[in-house]
Amino acid sequence: MATKVVVDPITRIEGHLSIECDVDGGKVIDARTTGTLFRGWELILQGHDPRDAQDYVQRICSVCPVTHGAAAAFALDDAFGLTGQIPENGRIVRNLILGANLLHSHILHFYHLAALDYVTAPNLPPLVPQYAGDYRLPAAVNAAAVQHYLQALEIRKLAHTMLAVWGGRIPGQRGIVPGGSPANVDTEKIVQSKFLLAQVTDFIDNVYIPDVLAVAGAYKDWAAIGVGCKNLMTYGGFPMDNNGWNGKRFYSNGVYINGQAGALDPTQIGEDVQYSWYKDGIPKGPYQSVITPEPYKAAGYTWLKSPRYDGNVVEVGPLAKLWINNNATLKSILPGEAAFSVIGRHAARAVDCSNVAHAMADWLMQLTPGGPTCVPNEVPQHAEGMGINDAERGALGHWIVIDNWKIQIYNAIVPTTWNASPRDDNGQPGPMEQALVGTPVADVNNPIELVRVVRSFDPCLACAIHLITPDRKVRKFRVY
Amino acid sequence: MKGLSRRDFLKLCAGSAAAVSLSELLLPHLLEAAPASGNPPALWIQGASCTGCSVSLLDSEQPAIATILTDVISLKFHPNISGASGYLATKVINDTAAAGGFYLVVEGSVPTGANGMYCTVGETENGQTITFVDRLADLGSKAAAVLAVGTCASFGGIPAATYGGNPTTHGGPTGCMGVLEFFKQKGITTPVINVPGCPPHPDWMVGSLAHVLLYKTLPPMDQYHRPTMFYGRILHDNCQRRQYFDNSQFAKMFSEPYCLLELGCKGPFAACDSYKRQWNGVSSCILANGPCYACTDMNFPDGSSPIYQRYPDVKLPDIDASADAVGVTLGAAVVLGMAAHLVGNAVNGRLGHKEE
Ligand code: SF4
Ligand code: SF4
Repeated sequence: MATKVVVDPITRIEGHLSIECDVDGGKVIDARTTGTLFRGWELILQGHDPRDAQDYVQRICSVCPVTHGAAAAFALDDAFGLTGQIPENGRIVRNLILGANLLHSHILHFYHLAALDYVTAPNLPPLVPQYAGDYRLPAAVNAAAVQHYLQALEIRKLAHTMLAVWGGRIPGQRGIVPGGSPANVDTEKIVQSKFLLAQVTDFIDNVYIPDVLAVAGAYKDWAAIGVGCKNLMTYGGFPMDNNGWNGKRFYSNGVYINGQAGALDPTQIGEDVQYSWYKDGIPKGPYQSVITPEPYKAAGYTWLKSPRYDGNVVEVGPLAKLWINNNATLKSILPGEAAFSVIGRHAARAVDCSNVAHAMADWLMQLTPGGPTCVPNEVPQHAEGMGINDAERGALGHWIVIDNWKIQIYNAIVPTTWNASPRDDNGQPGPMEQALVGTPVADVNNPIELVRVVRSFDPCLACAIHLITPDRKVRKFRVY
Repeated sequence: MKGLSRRDFLKLCAGSAAAVSLSELLLPHLLEAAPASGNPPALWIQGASCTGCSVSLLDSEQPAIATILTDVISLKFHPNISGASGYLATKVINDTAAAGGFYLVVEGSVPTGANGMYCTVGETENGQTITFVDRLADLGSKAAAVLAVGTCASFGGIPAATYGGNPTTHGGPTGCMGVLEFFKQKGITTPVINVPGCPPHPDWMVGSLAHVLLYKTLPPMDQYHRPTMFYGRILHDNCQRRQYFDNSQFAKMFSEPYCLLELGCKGPFAACDSYKRQWNGVSSCILANGPCYACTDMNFPDGSSPIYQRYPDVKLPDIDASADAVGVTLGAAVVLGMAAHLVGNAVNGRLGHKEE
């Protein structure tokens, strides 16, 4: 008989998450993911001046506040008709702010959120206690990793310092608005940023990437665990021109379905609710979707909706972004399909981090000191807008409908909603649920393997469950 | 306490300038005062939060957060750092609470709706769901003192905002409120220090905690439980751009160096010392051409929205009732000062006098 294993709370992620897995014969045979916090973000935005969105939405999640602020600004650019008009400096400053937070976030994820699944912690609360398990790093490598944990705290701070040079402060940056950036571009900021960026880049190339490779070497079997659905989607990232979501980007957008690469068509994005605690039969499209909660719906088991691309389950994140962009480094580290794994997700994140850091050095030199960064704007009486861009954790989309100069509908479909989604209307489990199935569990009282799979996705639950509702069922099964 | 008198401590906190990190100044004194019995235990819990306060604390200048954790307090649990997950984590929290004498840091709003089911934080040993409100009531009543970090934990914040354009929806969709209001409802009398800000500057968190650790008493606070060493002054009265305000030179575009009032600045009622305390060591909202939205205010965000529209004129209480609303926010003394400014401005086309 299968044993039900519940991990609640899952720490070292952003937000509140629990998982339940059925374990039989030492392996997961079924899995369900459940988020446990509802704040009602999109409801709160209704009736507001549309420009409030870019600051409010940054508080959906403050590990990736910049990408939310940027997605809102892209959606407002679209709605205000500004997309073609963003000054070059404004486009570049936005990219620098987005990039700096990506560097912070990836380093934080590997060292401070994920590493303790592989590294034996020093005897210092709150790093201990940790699950008993197969911590395999040789003593010297383990000791170095602990040192790097501390060093990484400082390095990610430098990435944030660089962000604040342009955005004033972080979290809660002020550097991205519809029409561009309020920041003035001057030589001092460029030089200061180059200096900070060089230190972060050095750490990424000479410490972070080698550490990921060391973990990959010691945990070789984990390049075949947590495979998931192998369908991928990315919105791409870092606009290189002024043509909106489908213009040239540093990372291109695209999909990868059943082994076939394809172009992205945002109209294929829809959300299912059959297994979510919402009334069935609501429109699926993000401009129309307005949910009605149904907390005691028999089929429901989560407050997350189930976003699908043309009916397909798709995983999002750095792995999807790099795979679809045919990244040679990732494919050389993990040949064949080995990238579809726990190790693959960590490796993709590290390679992404290095790519972006090196590109940022070029972007800094493309700025024009004293040049314009922003165009003025006016809120239209009626408009719609879409802002799609890959966040640190994957495809992030914001959709806004403006009526009488106010927000009528606001909808955010965030990376973790894709990755931690429940079964869809066709009964297909979400990416994380699929990745959990087949995972070996040596000791159900210390399910270290389960949290390794979950954390490889870098879940951000404050993002995913911004719009779940009350009266969650009291669960009645046994907990180890 | 040897070394640093409380008076000097307060001065140090209030006066620490941009280039010098507050925690760097305080650390030697904290180390000196560390009890022989080991660092005082602390628990950090999150309700309806975005983790922004934690990320902000991670960005504290030298000495870094690692030093604070190793040498100053013994942080037993933090949702984003703890090695433990699942019941292993819950057990750590229970054991620390049972031992008593701990400090509690709360991040995030308190969602009281639906019997607390909007935010659950784990399970008991026998599978009962633990709600955040139950955990807060339990730990809150046992803690030596509570630090409510961020505007959410202090006053409710964005999760407690009104919505759908309906002013009667205060508390947001989930019945959110700050820790102090929740404690009042529950009859919990543990002292609470509010450290608002969305997010708060790391110095505000470190300094407030340091005061409690060093002097075993609460720092001087205003009526909203905000330590006056950080929140005692109004941004507008000390703003780098004040001269432009006084001269009625207002920016129409973000890139202009003038007063940001017309672009929506809420500095006239923001209790914030960012005019001298730089963020991430390099900048601030105003320095980055970002109009202040008064994120430390008890009425944030409702009182600050629309963020990019000019705040309505504030006049003397006997001239216009809107000043009363502001009075709730500021306290009488500041209102008189501010109202005097603004009336001066209205009458003369420019402002007369400067605070401080
Ligand atoms: S309105 Fe804002 S920008 Fe202008 S002086 Fe006051 S605080 Fe400074
Ligand atoms: S300047 Fe205003 S918005 Fe910025 S931190 Fe201070 S109170 Fe908050």
